[in-house]
Amino acid sequence: MTEAAKKETPKGLDQGIEVGASSLTGEKIEGVIKSVLDNETGARLKTYVDTCIHCGLCSEACHYYLSHDNDPRYSPVGKVKQTMWEMLRKKGKVSPEFIKKAAVISHTECNLCKRCAMYCPFGIDIAYIMSVVRRIIHRLGVTPLYIQDTAHSHAVTMNQMWVKGDEWPDTLQWQEEEAQDEIPCLRIPLDKEGADIMYSVIAPEPKFQAQLIYQAAVIMDVAGVNWTMPSGIGWDNSDMAMFTGDNELMGRIKRTHYETASRLKVKRIVMGECGHAFRSVYDMGNRWLGWREPPIPIVHAIDFYYELIKSGKIKIAKKYDQPVTLHDPCNVVRGGGLHEKARYVIRAICEELIEMHPNREHNYCCAAGGGVINCGPPYKMTRVHGNKIKAEQLFAAKAKGAKTLVTPCHNCHSGLEDIVHHYEVGLGLKFISDILYEVMEKP
Amino acid sequence: MHELYGLLTGPLAWAAFFVFIGGSLYRLATMLILVHKKEKFIFTYMSWKYSFRSIFHWIIPFATTNWKKHPVLTIVTFAFHICLFLTPLFLLAHIVLWDEAWHISWWSLPDSLADMMTLVVVGACVFYLIRRISLPEVQYVTSASDYVILLIVAAPFVTGFIAYHQWLNYPLFLNLHILSGEIMLVAIPFTRLSHMIFSPFTRAYMGSEFGAVRHAKDW
Repeated sequence: MTEAAKKETPKGLDQGIEVGASSLTGEKIEGVIKSVLDNETGARLKTYVDTCIHCGLCSEACHYYLSHDNDPRYSPVGKVKQTMWEMLRKKGKVSPEFIKKAAVISHTECNLCKRCAMYCPFGIDIAYIMSVVRRIIHRLGVTPLYIQDTAHSHAVTMNQMWVKGDEWPDTLQWQEEEAQDEIPCLRIPLDKEGADIMYSVIAPEPKFQAQLIYQAAVIMDVAGVNWTMPSGIGWDNSDMAMFTGDNELMGRIKRTHYETASRLKVKRIVMGECGHAFRSVYDMGNRWLGWREPPIPIVHAIDFYYELIKSGKIKIAKKYDQPVTLHDPCNVVRGGGLHEKARYVIRAICEELIEMHPNREHNYCCAAGGGVINCGPPYKMTRVHGNKIKAEQLFAAKAKGAKTLVTPCHNCHSGLEDIVHHYEVGLGLKFISDILYEVMEKP
Repeated sequence: MHELYGLLTGPLAWAAFFVFIGGSLYRLATMLILVHKKEKFIFTYMSWKYSFRSIFHWIIPFATTNWKKHPVLTIVTFAFHICLFLTPLFLLAHIVLWDEAWHISWWSLPDSLADMMTLVVVGACVFYLIRRISLPEVQYVTSASDYVILLIVAAPFVTGFIAYHQWLNYPLFLNLHILSGEIMLVAIPFTRLSHMIFSPFTRAYMGSEFGAVRHAKDW
């Protein structure tokens, strides 16, 4: 098999996996697996594996399992069986073919959404086990190509989308000028030392959703917030390295982010409507850097809008009149408890909120997060077919009258767009800020 | 048969309790030492409040979403675990043995109730076996060891039931009962029956992460 791989260019779907796996040897695989298990894991992995009673009760937590007509290969524990159990049982002596399969399972058939942690009677953190698998895949160099490319972008530019040094302030100034047509004295203050808030976004915003920066600037301006954005690196709060298992790079990215805020002497970091970035800044990056909690308070957009509306800094002129349904993103709801605040905001800006079921902590994942959508086009249908259950959930909300689907997370937004399109659900998609910007009182 | 009885209730009983208690403490200690050595941060995230919040939800039948989704399993599981613990501890015949050996005794279950509870344990084991074989999501992750631990748990109850009713060969089944009970005790720390030792900790840790960091429910 390795012979064939040498003779011709690998023809697999994913060059990252195929090319990476073509240079693997048994010794290398065994060495890396042993090294990760011995040096990078401890009581958690061991206790989880020893405690799991193989009851299968985590199965129904997983949207992939539910969407594939309860195919046990897609259950959380089923995915652990096909990856970690096998690595442990064979003490790392697994084949390159096995590693390729493990890369696909851990990277594209699990969103690390942790819904299963709420269904396991023992509270076993299966997403953590999948992260360890991804870490092994990373150290073997078999990470899917597209997400590895974003990780490379982080490493080179400190942002996820290869946004060049001059493109960033240029985009901000462009949006500032655009917004000045609406509010003539509006500014996007760059590098303002001592501002109350540093506003950070993910790189896809300047890359292709610049209107979100515009909207944020208008919200900040109208609310009279003393805010700033950094003109140089550290402005991007996103973090694909966290999902590829490149923990060292995750540390670099988060350090840059926190240090930028610290250099600007701001009191808090407010971030846009992104879920994974919240996970990285609020929960993961800080731990890697040795902080129990983030060194600077992190405020997600939901929380920030809640604050602005509750304190009366933003007033609503006319509520959004179409009935909306709210998708609770895993990282800010199961990972940050912002579900009630999100509902407060939605009720303040919309006439009617129609709940989808299940909701809050129990909401089904979008199947895009956890780096899955970042694995790119080869896996688009993996996540679309893997989330039929989401389409059913959305259809049910639509049947009750919902017209617009609100989701305060970038990955969810893009993933749900594909779901809505493929299954012809017929719901419009919006961020909270899209609606807030539309309905708020402006000078 | 008599010498065997003496062996089983004498040195082997001592050995079984020693391995059970010692082994459990050993497993606990090695887990905590491993946490201390490699994942010390876990201690910093542990919260009494959220640990117990999580544990309480999960040890109450139907208090969690997943228990509600599986009503039959929930009833069987709770009945099984309650009977599994209480029957051997409060069986009159066992207390008599304690009394004879150590002059200590405590409240006992009426024999007829203990009999019923034994059947609950055995019935639950049959239920688990059928579940393992018939549900694809359980079958898929089942290995031989899962059947073995089921057998280890069922055996003392089956043999005890037969011995109590003096069916078949009483001395043989009495000895088998004692032997299988000792096997179960020894197996607890060193098989996945160790979930008895570890599950409060895994639950507590997840409860702490969900409560104190994630501000979300984990049930």
